[in-house]
Amino acid sequence: MKDKFIKAQQEKLTLGAIDRRQFMTSAIAAGIAIPTALSLASDAIAATPKKGGKFRMGLGHGSTTDTLDSGTSENHFTLVNGYTFGNHLTEINNEGKLVGELAETFESDDGKTWVFNLRKGVEFHNGKTMTSEDVLASYEHHMGEKSTSAAKGSLSPVRSIKADGKYKVIMELDSPDTDFPYIVSDYHISIRPAGDMTSGVGTGGYIVQSFEPGVKSVLKRNPNYWKEGAAHFDEVELLSIVDPNARQTALISGEIDAMDRVDLKTINLMKRNPNINIMQATGTAHYTFPMRLNVDPFGDYDLRMALKWAVDRQELVDKILLGYGAVGNDIPIGTANYFHNSDLPQREFDADKAAFHYKKSGHSGKIQLSAADAAFAGAVDAAQLMANSAKKAGIDIEVIREPNDGYWSNVWNNDAKGWCACYWGGRPAETMMFSAAYVAESKWNDTMWKTTDSAVKFNQLVKEARKELDESKKRDILYECQRLIYDDGGLLCPLFNSYVSANSKKIAHGKIAANWDSDGAKCVERWWFA
Amino acid sequence: MHPVVKTVLERLGLGLATLFFVSIIIFSAIEMLPGDFGQAILGQAALPETVAAFRQELGLDKPAYIRYFDWALGAIQGDLGTSFSGRNASGADRSAEVVDKIAPRLWNTLFLASMAALIAVPLSLILGILTALYRNSFFDRSVNTATLTTISFPEFFVAYILILFFASLNQIFPSLANVDPDTNFGERIYRTALPAFTLTLVIVAHMMRMTRAAIINLLASPYIQMAKLSGASQTEIILKHALPNAWAPIATVIAFNLAYLVVGVVVVEVVFVYPGVGQLMVDAVRTRDIPVVQGCALIFAVTYILLNLIADIIGIVTNPRLLHPK
Repeated sequence: MKDKFIKAQQEKLTLGAIDRRQFMTSAIAAGIAIPTALSLASDAIAATPKKGGKFRMGLGHGSTTDTLDSGTSENHFTLVNGYTFGNHLTEINNEGKLVGELAETFESDDGKTWVFNLRKGVEFHNGKTMTSEDVLASYEHHMGEKSTSAAKGSLSPVRSIKADGKYKVIMELDSPDTDFPYIVSDYHISIRPAGDMTSGVGTGGYIVQSFEPGVKSVLKRNPNYWKEGAAHFDEVELLSIVDPNARQTALISGEIDAMDRVDLKTINLMKRNPNINIMQATGTAHYTFPMRLNVDPFGDYDLRMALKWAVDRQELVDKILLGYGAVGNDIPIGTANYFHNSDLPQREFDADKAAFHYKKSGHSGKIQLSAADAAFAGAVDAAQLMANSAKKAGIDIEVIREPNDGYWSNVWNNDAKGWCACYWGGRPAETMMFSAAYVAESKWNDTMWKTTDSAVKFNQLVKEARKELDESKKRDILYECQRLIYDDGGLLCPLFNSYVSANSKKIAHGKIAANWDSDGAKCVERWWFA
Repeated sequence: MHPVVKTVLERLGLGLATLFFVSIIIFSAIEMLPGDFGQAILGQAALPETVAAFRQELGLDKPAYIRYFDWALGAIQGDLGTSFSGRNASGADRSAEVVDKIAPRLWNTLFLASMAALIAVPLSLILGILTALYRNSFFDRSVNTATLTTISFPEFFVAYILILFFASLNQIFPSLANVDPDTNFGERIYRTALPAFTLTLVIVAHMMRMTRAAIINLLASPYIQMAKLSGASQTEIILKHALPNAWAPIATVIAFNLAYLVVGVVVVEVVFVYPGVGQLMVDAVRTRDIPVVQGCALIFAVTYILLNLIADIIGIVTNPRLLHPK
């Protein structure tokens, strides 16, 4: 009871509804010792966002081919930049929950027809008021026959999109999908004014002042920003600093206030610096080794099972992620996902089980595993470690070091290579992750798990899950989907990697989102100077 | 025709022929790069239809020789084509001209190169002459040891050491050399100080030791002995008699190092986050932005050929035997 009262008072103090003195009085009245009350008060005040300052951030991505067109956005620099100047119909908040953004509310009776009620009085940076016309134009940008947008695939289930008045958009899907509102939060599908999809005019908290691809983006606070309690900095400078050492030096010498992707090899040195905070978020991102069922010998159930048991996952977490991550359980759904199946026993290294299945598969000779650090940092080392542990079970894995160049076109998702290293950023909704890489019709189905009995059942279940509006029924279906991948799928997923970033202690923030690096890639509008 | 003019014209003609062959090599090398722009830009998300739409739009479906002549004819007229990035079939075309993309970066690179050259060339000439003058002394040995030490380390190591002492432990210079077109001249010099020092440390040894060797080599020749016998001082002998004859090898080495400053400083650019042309080219290769790669490679080739041409001409012009033929 007391805790609840103090918490409520703290919240009021954070929001400025009461002042420090009033808080102290009520805390002491509730029987709390003065030093404790004082520290409670300062905790709450530190959590109160303050306006102002110039925020400089160093990002480990960025290339001269970057643009302000969200359709070609493909790296973390364009992602953060895009979320800084643009908004979407929905967003995933820092608790991992889906909420409306430019769509104030959204609803569907059957999961097939979705109605998005747009927020009124939202202005673009060029002064134009946002209406359904702009939403339509923005979606058409990603959907047409000739569209080169990377979101074309995820919007392909949309059969028609139309406006109903100025503030209502109705989308009709080919088949029901109760997770569709997650898709529209995707960073590619930014809402821009009709007729201008590429010049970086959006509705976001910051206005682009100058953008030099591969170098930097300079932004200024949008004085008319509609979102309350967001966009606290006056000015923002996003710098592309690809070299991790340069990024870390810049943070240590105070030339930037925050950075993403800390080099884990030197993280202990960074930790010693008294002015720097290290942040870690384990979300949906994971490292995988997909086995293609249509390439010999991976079509064999026992061989796949043998390899799944032959990996020492904890060793990979310790040596490849240096502890910054979690073991994977051969499902593409992480603990950060709402319907993560925690009933499945965690797979560990078991030489006996691996040897048993290997013997049963009847395979002999080398099994080739292709890897390059283009897949993820340390992929080649991870493959070597896997080969080592598999040897203990009598399985001979030959690691082939592939060139980084052209890895995604020549090695990954290519029938020339049966088994390779890969990474996935993960998806906020389970059915989205399944649609991306595990359902039969997906172009990125890198395991080609399509024709086994389990795969056929899986495909049916995913369709059912998309239709299901009842939460507990949906949970049962999604749990079963995960079990099918876990048992029969071609997915070997040993690692969930954490996003590790660092910032100066001058920066304050609320709870950190885990759906993307950099606080869900929305750190610029969420953080402030303490 | 004066033999010097004739030689210069000959060299110029050879330079143009070299450039032609280099352009063919550049084009074929890029043809052989694996991967494709659409794949690279869309990464994991590339669907075959999207990639095909990209290829058609960029004209990559035409045969290679047609694309070569289109490009070469354009390049002669100063048009290096349009960059692949920023194109979008469904939206407005925001792709930049390659020339516009390279120009600001090239200017940055030239700025850094000239800054490093302005420090390094006089420094190495003076050190070279002094070490030749006081050869085998303690001074000579310590300068040699110091410069050989700095050239032996990889440039990123030198860069990090400088960052450690001048940016991290003592915050004298910035560790980020992030300049933009609005940066004023003074600020620009301040921001590029550390990269310029790094480059200086990396190239001084080569030029300085060449100067020293060239001069010492000449000191054994009969005409220097003659000058010595006629009573000229050591300084006079080196500056008046030895140096004029030593210019040719020195100029060649200086030209080589200047060319290196323009084309080979990618590592330093990455460490200091300097927006130079090397970084642009590496980015372009990674994303298969072919017109930009070709443009950069061509500019690098021209730089090498021009600087070597100038070195040759200096060698000829300062060579008394070529200047006064019998």
